[in-house]
Amino acid sequence: MNTIHQDDHFCLARKSQALHLRAKFIQGIRHFFIQRHFLEVETPVRIPSPAPEEHIEAIPSGNWFLQTSPELCMKRLLAAGYPRIFQFCKCFRADERGSKHLPEFTMLEWYVAQFDYCQLMDQCETMLIAGLKDLGYDQRIIWQNKKIDFAPGWERITVADAFFRYAPMSCPEALAQDRFDEILVAYIEPHLGADHPTFLYDYPAKLAALAKAKKSDPTVAERFELYIGGMEIANGFSELTDADEQRRRFEEAQQARAKKNWARYAMPEKFLQALRTLPETAGIALGIDRMMMILTDTVQIDNITAFPPEAL
Amino acid sequence: MYTASDLRKGLRLKIDNEPYIITEFNFVKPGKGQALYRTKLKNMLNGNQFERTFRSVDNFEAADLREKKMQYLYKEGDKYCFMDNENYEQVYLTEAQVGDAVNFLLDNIEVEILLFEDRPIGISLPNFVELVVTEAEPWAKGDTVSGATKPVKVQTGYTILVPTFVTEGEKIRIDTRTGEYLTRVKG
Repeated sequence: MNTIHQDDHFCLARKSQALHLRAKFIQGIRHFFIQRHFLEVETPVRIPSPAPEEHIEAIPSGNWFLQTSPELCMKRLLAAGYPRIFQFCKCFRADERGSKHLPEFTMLEWYVAQFDYCQLMDQCETMLIAGLKDLGYDQRIIWQNKKIDFAPGWERITVADAFFRYAPMSCPEALAQDRFDEILVAYIEPHLGADHPTFLYDYPAKLAALAKAKKSDPTVAERFELYIGGMEIANGFSELTDADEQRRRFEEAQQARAKKNWARYAMPEKFLQALRTLPETAGIALGIDRMMMILTDTVQIDNITAFPPEAL
Repeated sequence: MYTASDLRKGLRLKIDNEPYIITEFNFVKPGKGQALYRTKLKNMLNGNQFERTFRSVDNFEAADLREKKMQYLYKEGDKYCFMDNENYEQVYLTEAQVGDAVNFLLDNIEVEILLFEDRPIGISLPNFVELVVTEAEPWAKGDTVSGATKPVKVQTGYTILVPTFVTEGEKIRIDTRTGEYLTRVKG
């Protein structure tokens, strides 16, 4: 064996434990959903018109794009009468690379008709606790010297309250100064999910382009994020079912994208049409790679995937 | 001119007329939110560090730095002496200016001295150096794929973690930016 091969093997061999755990974790999740009569689906990775989002850029593939999320096709399935569906798939996002970002990453996405975002938070909690149990984990995980307690009844805090509790300014102030993400990342995220997983919920309406506005307070959307160890793990919401409103939001996003010279996508017309028959639904996307980072006590996403892009 | 997507560890920028190097870099981005580029910057003149977060719309000026080949002569007190092989002029760097490069500094080797507006301010190491392992525990045969590591000493006295199959007398390639082992080198 020559030295280059030997070193390459060394890099892959040291990931053995993580890769075995990863496979077992995915099998456990699949089992969870199948037991609950979910249909496992596959949707195309290469699509003609991704959902236009202000801060997510798709990677071109021929004259189409690699999906940034399987959301549009999955909702078309729901609209056609598949009420409980899930899938594991690869998603691709341009220029996203860091210790917690891979430009190609693994997403678990699932949808439940007749659920709202609160019921989905409950289900997400149940699913992850069951997943840990399958792996033989205790309800406590040590991650970066923090004890994270996964016992049921995870913390839930609204975005407004989180700003009030942890940030030097209120959520409306941060939005007015266009500093929402910066303040979230610097002051709030480090506190979220430190002792137990935490759901951050009720996002400002304009930060949830595909979510339903809350009836009792239309300034917020029924959207949540799951945080564990300060790290964003999952994003879910009560799905917007108003096709006209969705088209208006997509147009708005297209305009914001144009200012950055980002690609203008063709309007996803078939998706917009399907929204007219989409039942009340809640859906969630969960980053498998990020969850693996928690389970293997690492802060480097490269450690839990066999081939980060630089290793190819 | 650099844009935010050029930012990475080791990049050198000019801010308020002084040269800075990015010592820590992380790309952060809430899934649906803005991309943010969190950096720790070190002033290359006085070593002061601070943290700063940039956005994808930010632009940066490159620091006007150049490198000149010089030979490392000796250490005197806490000064390191180098000689310009073209004009035989000697320049001195402090221990702080040499920094971690001391781990890879052999007597008489040629290094690049970093000049900011013609003033020597530090050493610019190549990204990779090759050094001979001078002290290592013997290799327990057969242990090729366990992924385990062991500490060894190289010529400069620097201690580094390497795979267990590396033996004394072998030459290894080291990434000077991280100080980490990369591969063995033949010959």
